[in-house]
Amino acid sequence: MCRTHELRLALLARNDGSATELREELAARGTVVVNLLSSPGSGKTALLEAELTRARERGLAVAALTADLATENDATRLARSGVPVKQVLTDGLCHLEASMLRGQLDGWLPDGTRLVFVENVGNLVCPASYDLGERLRVALMSVTEGEDKPLKYPTAFGLANLVVVTKADLAAAAEFDEAAFLLNVRRVNPGVEVLFTSARKGQGVGELLDRAVAVAEGAEPHRPVMADEPVQHTGCTDAHGDEHDDGQGHGHSRDHGHGHGHSHDHTHDRGDGHRHSHGRTNGREHGQETDPVAAPSRPRPNLAVGELS
Amino acid sequence: MHEMSVALALVDQVAEAARADGRERALAVHVQIGELAGVVGDALDFAFELAREGTPLEGARLVVETVPARARCRDCAGEFAVGAPPDLTCRGCGGTNVELLSGRELRITAVEWADGPAYAASAGQKG
Ligand SMILES: Nc1nc2c(ncn2[C@@H]2O[C@H](COP(=O)(O)OP(=O)(O)O)[C@@H](O)[C@H]2O)c(=O)[nH]1
Ligand SMILES: [Mg+2]
Ligand SMILES: [Zn+2]
Repeated sequence: MCRTHELRLALLARNDGSATELREELAARGTVVVNLLSSPGSGKTALLEAELTRARERGLAVAALTADLATENDATRLARSGVPVKQVLTDGLCHLEASMLRGQLDGWLPDGTRLVFVENVGNLVCPASYDLGERLRVALMSVTEGEDKPLKYPTAFGLANLVVVTKADLAAAAEFDEAAFLLNVRRVNPGVEVLFTSARKGQGVGELLDRAVAVAEGAEPHRPVMADEPVQHTGCTDAHGDEHDDGQGHGHSRDHGHGHGHSHDHTHDRGDGHRHSHGRTNGREHGQETDPVAAPSRPRPNLAVGELS
Repeated sequence: MHEMSVALALVDQVAEAARADGRERALAVHVQIGELAGVVGDALDFAFELAREGTPLEGARLVVETVPARARCRDCAGEFAVGAPPDLTCRGCGGTNVELLSGRELRITAVEWADGPAYAASAGQKG
């Protein structure tokens, strides 16, 4: 018998709720989000630039957001493709959350955009826990990172709808063991498709775009085993326990934004139920005329945004 | 580390529950963390100590229950421990038509309150 008050609240319910809402809203607008996860330096930006360029050549309405702890270099690179690009500075936060993405898309995402690529913060641990409202989650790794990476980062690879190997041009030099790698992927995510790419040599460029377009046109993405809803465990059931559904925080809005990662200055909205966002992410647009309203409030490196258009 | 975000979410949710139930202080919060939830218990503990300051959880203990990852094969109906590093291949038949039974939990299961009857529901008796 438990002398406690049973709650059963999913810890990330708020983010999950925001993500579900965003996914539905975007679906109604005909937009699909692609969430790209990898370690820093795996080649996300390089591949994305190539995919965006390809999309532009094909006349597809795509856009990209790139998250970084502090610099704008990635947006500068991506903007060369000519599609709308926005930099999100997380100011040290190790991952994006759904409410931040929503805040960044609001008022920026051009109508009619079919695909929004999100380059998440370079990190295979934290972003894996946060649904952004994407329809396609892609885990990437380069051939130089070791065949056992999927086993070391099982949530990142295990929850991916698609796996992309990058820098395939270096496979021989790195003595990349493709069979061992595929076996490891299969152990954490049986049935997931694996693409082999080299942004440097152009190998496989356009395939990620093809998969994303297919999803935008209604194809069901691969469903990872790890994405199964676990069966409910109740360590402690007593007759007096409240019946709170997982995913509901006492009927309050689940969409509060939080300035996470800064324990010293977060001012929580403790339940008044209104939606706000004081996430410390800063957004800046590239590839379009700049909007002074979007100018972030913190000091930043000098960047001549006008030159990017 | 995202454990800070998780800890803040935890503190927020318990604080909301406290307000809803007219509670002033939590003594302990019980959470389940699945082996495959991508959250490190020790890191969460550390983050929780910071996140609980100045809230109804100040001084509260965090009781973490780790939930092992288990899967079931749809082909041979065998059940098996996913293990670490994880392997979702069926131990019985080698197939991969499997479903995850547990291991992704990331939830609050119970709160021990300082005031009032230990398990009064929000519906009625107030402490
Ligand atoms: N050889 C080779 N290098 C690459 C390739 N893609 C990216 N790189 C290099 O890898 C480094 C990191 O790439 P970047 O796209 O910034 O990675 P990100 O941190 O994941 O966005 C850069 O020096 C790139 O030039 C590739 O296909 N082949
Ligand atoms: Mg990058
Ligand atoms: Zn089997």
